[in-house]
Amino acid sequence: MITDVLVVGIGGQGVMTAAEAIARAALEAGYEATKTEVTGMAQRGGVVCSQVRIGERIEASEIRPGTARLLIAFEAAEGLRWSHYLAPEGCALLDPWRAVPPVVSSGVHRYPANPAGELRAAHRRVREIDARGIAERLGDARLANSVMLGAAASRLPFPQDALRHQVLRRFGSGELAARNAAAFEAGRALARSSG
Amino acid sequence: MSAVFQTAIGREFLSGNEAVARAAWEAGVEIAAAYPGTPSTEILETLAGLPGVYAEWSTNEKVALEVALGASMAGRRAISAMKHVGLNVAADSLMTMGLVGVKAGLVIAVSDDIGFSSSQNEQDSRFWGRFVHLPVLEPADAAEAYAMTREAFSISERHQVPVLLRLTTRVSHVKRTLQVGERPAPDAAGHGYRRDAERWIITPNHVGRRLELRAQRDAALADEAVASRWNVLEPGTDRRVGFVVSGAAFHAVREAFPQAPVLKLGFSHPLPLALAHRLAAQVDRVLVVEESEALVEAELKAAGITVSGKDVLPLQGEITVPVLENAVARLSGTSAQVHSTPPKAAVFPRPPTLCAGCPYLGVYFWLGQLKDAIICGDIGCYTLGCGEPWNAMDSVISMGASLGVAHGMAKALAGDAGARPVLAVIGDSTFLHSGMPALANIAYQGGNVTVLLLDNRATAMTGGQDNPGTGQRLDGAAVPRLDFAKLVEALGVRPQRVRVVDPYELPTFFKVLREEIKAPEPSVIITTRPCVLTEEFERRRPLTVTEPQCNGCARCLELGCPAITVTHRERQQRSSGKVVDLAWVRIERALCTGCDLCAKACARGAIVST
Repeated sequence: MITDVLVVGIGGQGVMTAAEAIARAALEAGYEATKTEVTGMAQRGGVVCSQVRIGERIEASEIRPGTARLLIAFEAAEGLRWSHYLAPEGCALLDPWRAVPPVVSSGVHRYPANPAGELRAAHRRVREIDARGIAERLGDARLANSVMLGAAASRLPFPQDALRHQVLRRFGSGELAARNAAAFEAGRALARSSG
Repeated sequence: MSAVFQTAIGREFLSGNEAVARAAWEAGVEIAAAYPGTPSTEILETLAGLPGVYAEWSTNEKVALEVALGASMAGRRAISAMKHVGLNVAADSLMTMGLVGVKAGLVIAVSDDIGFSSSQNEQDSRFWGRFVHLPVLEPADAAEAYAMTREAFSISERHQVPVLLRLTTRVSHVKRTLQVGERPAPDAAGHGYRRDAERWIITPNHVGRRLELRAQRDAALADEAVASRWNVLEPGTDRRVGFVVSGAAFHAVREAFPQAPVLKLGFSHPLPLALAHRLAAQVDRVLVVEESEALVEAELKAAGITVSGKDVLPLQGEITVPVLENAVARLSGTSAQVHSTPPKAAVFPRPPTLCAGCPYLGVYFWLGQLKDAIICGDIGCYTLGCGEPWNAMDSVISMGASLGVAHGMAKALAGDAGARPVLAVIGDSTFLHSGMPALANIAYQGGNVTVLLLDNRATAMTGGQDNPGTGQRLDGAAVPRLDFAKLVEALGVRPQRVRVVDPYELPTFFKVLREEIKAPEPSVIITTRPCVLTEEFERRRPLTVTEPQCNGCARCLELGCPAITVTHRERQQRSSGKVVDLAWVRIERALCTGCDLCAKACARGAIVST
């Protein structure tokens, strides 16, 4: 039994770091795990997708479209872009925050009016997690990743505290660790509140 | 990243690149040289953090490979790392190294960008093994990359030959768990240089002997490949299709067809034909699975083995499980694809953008308006000038090619009536990599090209590595910055035609640009502002739009700054009857660097500091 997880967003958002925390938490819990990024150009602003596979034994590191159990999207349109990777019973955690690129600002392309709505219309299970909004209320937009991972924790096949430990270990024991812990808990509470 | 810098033994979660670095370190590497390039960059970055290794970002891949050769001649184990196209640059010396060989172990780690996510092509570096007569090792994942790299150094020394460690994106960038070991002290007995003119001086009178030795080496390597533990015939019960596979695609084969017999190639050149004959004898069909060229397929066919390969597999891109399943279905005569990919949602493309406040925004703001100019681009962040909203580029060919191509176009068009101006756009690191000879040529030939040398004091595209223009070395030591103005003068550009300008000063920059385009001789405009991702960059207070002042003219959007987003659009008809598209904007506080470019672009003074 393999659990496939996609973490998606745009360059500079910390997608790879979040995916690494999930993979390392799986390893800590005794699973095997692989982590990869798909489609290059990791500079600022481009599409970033990191794939984590968790199981007893992993062969291919890339996830087959239509099989992912969880899609964690740090940006609304990116959640829509990668949604075809979800299994029918899979779930998308979607930050409704929008990063509008110059190709949209300049009028060449259009940003989807309602990404979460489109996902629902395609019969996807979607939870909107206002991670960036919560992070801003906690005082720093960069806490959004910790909020999102807190919201994802109950949907992964290992104890939630393993993920919490991996998220926080990067920050030592000071102020930054405390703020990220609060962000993680806020995400976890949100996921609990309306299942 | 942090984990690999630990030197303790134990279980680690490493990317293929980190694993190569770790293994090279354990194998006693003392010298490492590379030029950054996706997907290979992290190999040297990781080695630089390990004790006892001299590591450098060389100015190009050819230099890097020569540095490794010099170290090997002096008896020190060495590694050189590069992306696939980097090995093209290094090829001249590589060819000679195939003849003279090496002394201390030398490994060339080359990573092929299969799927061309960040490169100008898709290229199969295994060809170099055939061309240069080198052994090729092809790990399937990080754990194998680790183990093979350790072994590669002893293969190199046993046969006195560079070993080509062929990686791909999927090996370089995927993290897996593996067990790491320790680094014994490098063997001092091998240290030292002894003159050997007949070997290291490759004049024609020495070539014949080296060719004979190379033939002997080929035979010895072929014996070693057949016996290598990295070439394994894995038995299987489902004998309808047997696979010959190397690299990351091995895992796709194992996932999709767990019961099939597989010849897994790790020491893939010289090709162990005997093993392939044994596989063919026990299966109905043989499918060769290789990224990206039909190389093994052709060699097996030439050896009289009936195989399939690119007749059913795609000619480009990664071989994933669904791709493989469809290929086997075709091979077995099933007409329908066994797995269709779920439909993708329609979402706008999101190409990488220049960063908010990037000094190149000011450059491309103007270049996008030079509708008459021909602009030859180069490889770096400034390649993005080919996209929206600037569309300010006519060609991108290869590292350093902008100047040579521009010169040729300028010469070819010179006699035409109303000849269009020709520009070349190149960054600091790319100019030092391979732009300099072309500029000397332009000056020497009296070419009429306006060169924009965009010095942002970083090898920015690959993550901001240092180069001779940044004032810092990989080890952190401060060094004198290379003086680009003096350099281009020395290459033959007249001092009057060397202009150093601030790209944030929009009107001044445009004035200089017009003057230099007009000048009927070679000129170089050097821009001065650092990459926003470097420590040198000074972030200032973010800007904001004062609504009443803004008339929706949208000129600020022509900068292409990602911090400027549209709040609403309107189409208006002027009293003259002309229809205009207007757009009102806001500035994202979190992204804005306060560079002031948009304030300068705004004719209404509607953009102000907060």
